[in-house]
Amino acid sequence: MGLLDFFKKIEHGEKPKTMVGKVGHTLSDAVFTFLYSPNEVTAEGVHIRDGMDLKRTMFHVMIALQLCLLFGTYNIGHQHFTAMGQYVGFLEGFHLKLFHGFIKVLPIFLVVHAVGLGIEIWFAAKKGHSVEEGFLVSGPLIVLIMPPDIPLWMLAVSVAFAVIIGKEAFGGTGMNIWNVALLARVFVFFAYPTTISGDNVWVSGFETVAAGVSTDYGWMHGVFNVLFGWIGIDQFEAGGAIVDGFTGATPLALAYQGGWSAVTEVYSTSQMFWGTIPGSIGETCKPFIVIGAVFLMAVGIASWRIIAGCLIGAALMGMLLNLWGATPFMTVPWYYHAWMGSALFAFAFMATDPVTATATNSGKWIYGILIGVIGIIIRILNPAYPEGWMLAILFMNTFAALIDHYVLEANMKRRLKRA
Amino acid sequence: MKKPFSLLRSVPILLFLLLADQASAQASTPGSSYVLYVLIGLGLILVAAVIMSVSENLLQIEAQKRGADTTKNNFSIVPNISELMGKGAPSYAEGASVHQFKKGHDIKLAGEVENTEAHALADVSSYAVRPENFRELSPIPRMLVTEGQEVKAGEPLFEDKKDPRVKYVASVSGEIAEIRRGEKRAITDVIILADKVQQRIKHDVTSLSTSSRQEIVDLFLISGAWSHLNQRPYDVVPDPDIVPNNIFISTFDTAPLALDYNSVVAGKGAELQAAVDVLSKLTDGQVHIGLSAASDAAPAAEFTGLTGVEKSWYNGPHPAGNVGVQIHHTAPISATSVVWTIGVQDLVTIGHFCISGEYIAERTVAIVGSEVSHPKYIKTYLGAKVSDLLKNNLKGDHNRVIAGNVLTGKKLNEDSYLNQGDEQITVIPEGDEYEMFGWLLPIKPRPSLSKTFPNFLFGDHRFEVNTNTHGEKRAFVVTGQYESVLPMDIHVQQLMKSIMTNDYERMEGLGIAELSEEDVAICEFVCTSKMPLQKILRVGLDMMRDQG
Repeated sequence: MGLLDFFKKIEHGEKPKTMVGKVGHTLSDAVFTFLYSPNEVTAEGVHIRDGMDLKRTMFHVMIALQLCLLFGTYNIGHQHFTAMGQYVGFLEGFHLKLFHGFIKVLPIFLVVHAVGLGIEIWFAAKKGHSVEEGFLVSGPLIVLIMPPDIPLWMLAVSVAFAVIIGKEAFGGTGMNIWNVALLARVFVFFAYPTTISGDNVWVSGFETVAAGVSTDYGWMHGVFNVLFGWIGIDQFEAGGAIVDGFTGATPLALAYQGGWSAVTEVYSTSQMFWGTIPGSIGETCKPFIVIGAVFLMAVGIASWRIIAGCLIGAALMGMLLNLWGATPFMTVPWYYHAWMGSALFAFAFMATDPVTATATNSGKWIYGILIGVIGIIIRILNPAYPEGWMLAILFMNTFAALIDHYVLEANMKRRLKRA
Repeated sequence: MKKPFSLLRSVPILLFLLLADQASAQASTPGSSYVLYVLIGLGLILVAAVIMSVSENLLQIEAQKRGADTTKNNFSIVPNISELMGKGAPSYAEGASVHQFKKGHDIKLAGEVENTEAHALADVSSYAVRPENFRELSPIPRMLVTEGQEVKAGEPLFEDKKDPRVKYVASVSGEIAEIRRGEKRAITDVIILADKVQQRIKHDVTSLSTSSRQEIVDLFLISGAWSHLNQRPYDVVPDPDIVPNNIFISTFDTAPLALDYNSVVAGKGAELQAAVDVLSKLTDGQVHIGLSAASDAAPAAEFTGLTGVEKSWYNGPHPAGNVGVQIHHTAPISATSVVWTIGVQDLVTIGHFCISGEYIAERTVAIVGSEVSHPKYIKTYLGAKVSDLLKNNLKGDHNRVIAGNVLTGKKLNEDSYLNQGDEQITVIPEGDEYEMFGWLLPIKPRPSLSKTFPNFLFGDHRFEVNTNTHGEKRAFVVTGQYESVLPMDIHVQQLMKSIMTNDYERMEGLGIAELSEEDVAICEFVCTSKMPLQKILRVGLDMMRDQG
């Protein structure tokens, strides 16, 4: 138990007075409680406690995201080589695609967590409490909803904005009004719109997505090339260029221009289902999202009411707009809306955030259905925003407290009536 | 009244017809054929619902005309969900409807009593009456005895300074050994060294059956029977000037390792009947008995045979046995109503008093928990010394001794005495040890409602628990957790938040008056954020009580 003794020594040492000392103490406490469950015992109230705690809850959400993260990483490479017309088969050039994705995702992952966790730890030290686990989930989520080529400084600024203004200003984990991950994305979306919308941002490794543009490799590609050279497998080749006729447009952009037929000209439905299309890192692969969502619902962490509500709301609104059918996008069959864009990802992992969603069970239905309805409205009717879920969820986050208020009012009226 | 009603009903149908018309016009596009089917489906459901609701209303009207009780018996053409889902009322319930609860959780712990027969009176040297057990009482009550004085069982020891009518009496006869004081000179224990042969004060109860309510109340006040009653909301000794709306008794306890009352009341049928007969004179309403419909065997005949009471049956996991839950489902407490609740053993004490005029505060206490060598039932008197009850019956030496169950009990030390309501002593090991990756990969199985633990594989496993918190305190994050274990129409989390923000209006509106600590204890157990819900609730209740 050498490690345990080491931590105990830090734990029971003198209380630090300087800010550096405090941050160090908070950090060591966070690492310690990660490694060891503390020896705290119940003091008042119940004498035994359920084995479930917030760490375990958050960790299970992280597990649910892993498949999406893995697939997203690979798909970055796949899109990159597809643009050049190389290794067109999904599993061809496996190591190149995987490591190209890795080279893109790793810096994003590191920056998000360094900035986010850094701010969390600093605030925790300042307030003198332990680091709360919220960012363990926000971090991976932010990675999954960013385009692969996002400039890292923009990412850092947006994460800092989301964590400081969106969360710590309200009091930390459990107190925030808006979903932290979406707040980071919405910050990029409005502050630097060209990096996160349009047809040029979803395929990585090129200055811009146009025929003839050649690859833009960095030093990490060189490092891996040396490695691949030793083993004697294919290497990254700097000379590749985007082939004629390739479009980096997402299905949503195509649908907006020409309806479902325009989408299917470029992408097959099975491509969209399996997720080998351009998009944010984690949003494309529908089966893995569904697996993650089902897992979270099965262990009771994600609210099935919210997810069901979202699906119902989106389906109803999709049907209504099908009936209307005034623009090409409106005629896209309602059941294909789940195939395009980030609908499923948003329902499974964003709408179900328990802190920013409604707290009451009937409220969860209303909240979910309205997200579905509003998201489809923004997606189809608003030309400025190609995708609606981020805004729909943030919008409903804002109204979650109001929905709960009316649910509680109803409960109070019921009680008064009974008396 | 009726005309606009039917008009309103027809609006959706018209709307549907319009939409269907629209839909059929567009049926050529691929998406809208589905829309058409969905709309037709919705329309059919709507029409069926209209027909059903009209016929159901007619049925209810007819039933009411004939004088049937529509709240108790289901006259609807749609069966109740409980009727469909539940296994149905057991035969011993004699056709009465059973309240089926899905919400809740039975925490199965090791250290159960196998032989529920209570042993003979335990050899306990001293007993205590503890002023702090009575919430309304000031910390320093007016003492009526001094140290060294001899008292009989049922003799007043102290009285409330605010209301001297309420006397608190000796549970046994003997010598006052010590009047123990705690912080700020508050009297914590009045300790009596018990006589070998018990002497009891005898009151005249021969005319009890013909006495007026006030005469009964006066007799109860001076004899000590009064302190066995509990007034809700707030869980206080009843105010003698208030007539309760109803009186509730739960005849079963679903808490972990709880006492089985069926064996406790064996042969005490006459006492129970005498008690409820007298109690029914003290209320404007009725005496309600909550019976368990959970097991295959019927509850004790002493309970089922009671007459002059309103019986209701409950089946479900803990907290189905909590009287608060039962009140919620029979005659809910409102902001202005007041009810009494009485424990089963208190009922026997009152019943015995009503028959003989003597105050006999006998108690069967369950000694349970994984650290008890021989879990058993012990017969003793109220306020027995804990160390005497546990003598030579403990396994380890690093234990938590709890007066009561693991959810609501109080921590005891070496020198403690049992409290007024205690019917159980639970002993479990302390959990003050570090566990590597304990939050992720626990070494020992532990009870949990979370499906992230594979506890469903263990089936009927009885867990050996310790007092570790299994995580640190956090802000509210997870929602819907409390409501999923409490079979009451109460938004517990929102209520807790309203207490934390001193929002009186909302506290009252969300039903704080219906709750007591024991009701939210199971919520506190499951809480992911390790919130002290019982403490928060008591703060809220105290705030409400101070406001009057």
